Amino acid sequence: MSDPIAKPVPGVDIPPRPGQRTGTRFQRVLRTISPRIVTGVPRRAAGPGEVVFAAGFFCLSLILLLLLPFQTDWLPRTKIFVQPRFWPAIAILTMLVFSGGHLLRALAAHPSGGAWEEIKGWLRPLEFALWFLGYVQLVPQAGYLLATILFTCAISWRLGYRSLRWMGLATLFALGTVLVFRSLLGVNIPSGAIYELLPPGGFRSFLMTRF
Amino acid sequence: MDMLLSGIGMLMHLDVLLALLIGSVGGVIIGAIPGVGPAVAIAILLPATFALPPLVGLVMLLGIYGSSMFGGALPAILINTPGTAVNALTTYDGHPMTKRGEALKALGLAYGASFGSGILSILALILLSPVLAKVAPMFGSKEIFLAALLGLVLVVIAHRGQALAAGMLAGFGVFLGTVGLEPLKYTQRFTFDQPWLASGFDLIVVVLGLFALSQAFLLLSGPEDAPDAKPIKGSMARAMGRTFRHKRIVAAGTGFGVLMGMIPGVGEFTAQFLSYTYAQKTSKDPDAFGNGSEEGLVASESANNAVPAAAMIPLLALGIPGEALTAMMLSVFYVHNVIPGPQLFQGQIDFVYALYAAMILLNVIVVLFMMVSSNLLLKIIRIPTRFLGVMILTLSFVGVYSLRNSISDCVIAAVFGWIGLVLKRQDLPPVPIILGLVLGGIMETKFRPAMARVEVFADFFQRPIAAFLGLAILALVIGHLASLRRQALERAEEEAGA
Repeated sequence: MSDPIAKPVPGVDIPPRPGQRTGTRFQRVLRTISPRIVTGVPRRAAGPGEVVFAAGFFCLSLILLLLLPFQTDWLPRTKIFVQPRFWPAIAILTMLVFSGGHLLRALAAHPSGGAWEEIKGWLRPLEFALWFLGYVQLVPQAGYLLATILFTCAISWRLGYRSLRWMGLATLFALGTVLVFRSLLGVNIPSGAIYELLPPGGFRSFLMTRF
Repeated sequence: MDMLLSGIGMLMHLDVLLALLIGSVGGVIIGAIPGVGPAVAIAILLPATFALPPLVGLVMLLGIYGSSMFGGALPAILINTPGTAVNALTTYDGHPMTKRGEALKALGLAYGASFGSGILSILALILLSPVLAKVAPMFGSKEIFLAALLGLVLVVIAHRGQALAAGMLAGFGVFLGTVGLEPLKYTQRFTFDQPWLASGFDLIVVVLGLFALSQAFLLLSGPEDAPDAKPIKGSMARAMGRTFRHKRIVAAGTGFGVLMGMIPGVGEFTAQFLSYTYAQKTSKDPDAFGNGSEEGLVASESANNAVPAAAMIPLLALGIPGEALTAMMLSVFYVHNVIPGPQLFQGQIDFVYALYAAMILLNVIVVLFMMVSSNLLLKIIRIPTRFLGVMILTLSFVGVYSLRNSISDCVIAAVFGWIGLVLKRQDLPPVPIILGLVLGGIMETKFRPAMARVEVFADFFQRPIAAFLGLAILALVIGHLASLRRQALERAEEEAGA
C-alpha cells in the first residue's frame, strides 16, 4: 500500500471478518481484476458519484445501441459507408467502448462514498432550470422588458438578495440587458402579447420593436 | 503586400473598429470575472452577431477570445483564482508575488508577456499565410476527413488521465451530430418521430447549454463567494517594461503557443506546460518556480496568449476547429456564407489578413485598457457568485431564444446545461462533446466523397498528405498506448521498491 491515496479495500486488501459484507460477489470479482493487478498501476480513489455517472453513461450507450435498428434506416443495394446507419453506429460503438472502459475504471477504484450527496448536488440545480423555463414562457406573454425585470428580481429574491440595493441592481441589470440586446443590437425576440393591450400608435410600435 | 493593405483597409470602418473595441474591452472584463470565461460570453453573443456583417461579428468574437486571457490574469494574480481556466498556471507564481507585495510587478509582467506573445504570434502567422495558401488547396476530402479524425484523436489523448471519459464524450458528440434528418438519403435518425428533433441538435444550443447554463446552474446552486482584492498602486507601464528582461522566455512561450495552437485539440494547456517546463529547466533559479518566479509567470502568460491566433489556422485553412471557441466561430462563418477552408486562402486572403490585423489591434487596445483600468476591474471581480449566476442565466436566454424563438431550443439548452453541470461536478471536460459534434459532422460529410474511388484500404492513403496524416494518427495512438504502458511499469517498479 505505498500509494498515498490508496485506502485498503475490504475484501481485497483486508480479509473480511466473519459475517462482514464486502459488496456483492460481482463487485469483489471486479476489484480483483482491477488494472492494478494487470498493469501494476496503483489503485486510485473514485470521485463521489463516479460509478453512478459512468454506469448511467454506459446504460445510455447500450440503450442507444439497442435502438439503432429502429431509429435508423438500412437501405438496400447501398454501400456501407453511405448507409444512414453507418455514422450513428460508429458513434454509439465509440461511446459504448469508452464508457465501458470508464465504468470498469470507476468500479476498480477505491469507493470513496458520498455518492448520494453528489446525486443531490446534480438534482439541486433543476430548480434553476425550471426558473429558466418559466422565464422562457413569460417573455412572449409579458414582453422582454417586463419579463426580464420580473425574472431577475424574483430569482434574486429567492437567492437572498432582498435589500433595496440588490433589487435595484437586478432591475438595472435587466434594463441594461434589454437595452443592449433588443434596443441596440435588435436581436430576434418577439414582442410580448401584453403590448397588444395598449392603444394602437407610435408608442405601442416603439415598445413592440425595441422592448 | 497589396492583399495585406486591402485587409487593413477592410478594418478601417467605424462599425468594425467599434466591434473590435467592444469585443476587446468586453473580453477583458469577462475574463476578469472568475466563473464566466470567453466560452460563456461567446456562446451568449453568438446569435447577436448573426445580424452583423461577417467581419464585424467575427472581429467582436475574436476580441473576446483574444483579450479574455489578459483579464483572466488579474484575479489569478491578486486573489489566487484564475479568471479563465487557462490562467490556472499563472496563480502558481503570480499569487506568491502578490503575497510578497509585488502585485504591480506581477501584473505588469503578465500583461507585458501576453502582449509580446500576442503580437509575435500574429506576425508569425502573417509570414506563414503564403505557405498555408499553397498547402491548403492540397487538402481534398480524404485529407480533411483525416485532419478531423486527427483532431478527435488529439482531443482524447490530450486529456491525460481522462482519455476514456474524453473518448466517450467525443463519441456522444459525434452521435448528437447524427440526430435528425440525414443529409444524403433524407432519412430520419434518432428523431423518435418528434418534429422538433428533425433538424437535429443546433451547435449553438448545445454550446450555450454546456458552457453558459451549466455555469449558471453551478454558481446558483453553489456557496456564496465575493472575493476581495487590494487596489494596485504605481506605474503599470514601468512594470510591463520588466518583460524585456525575459525576452527569451517570451519567444519560447510564443513558439510553443503557435505550434500547439495550430494542432487541433491540443491548445493552451499543453503550450503552457511545455513553455513552463522549458523556462524552469533553463532557469538559473528553478526552485523559485511555483513560489513567485518572474520567469514562470512570463512563461505561462506568453504561451497561453499565443494560442488564439494560431488556433485560427486549422479553422481558416481547413475549416476544422481545434477547440470549443473556434467551433463556435465556425458557425458565424457558415451563417454569413463565408466557408473556411482552402478556398478562403485562395480567394479571400485579404479577409484573412483583416482578421490578423484585427488581432494585432486588439492586443494594443487591451494593453492600453489594462494600463488604466486594473483597479476598476477589481470592483467587477467582487460581484457575488450567485448574483453572477443570475446574470449568466438571464443572458443565456438571449443566446438561445433569439436563434429561432423556439421553446424546444430552450428546453434542449436547459438539458445540456444540466449535463454540463454534472460533467463539471465530475471534473470531466465538456469540450470533447462540442468537438465531436462539429468534427463528426465534417467527417461524415467528407468520408463519403473520400471513399468514392477507394477500392482497397491503401487507396485512401495514396496522396502524400493523407499518408502523412494517417501515419500521424497511427503514431499518436501507438505512442499514447506505449506511454501508458511505460507509466504503469514505472509505477509498478516504484511500488515494488518502496
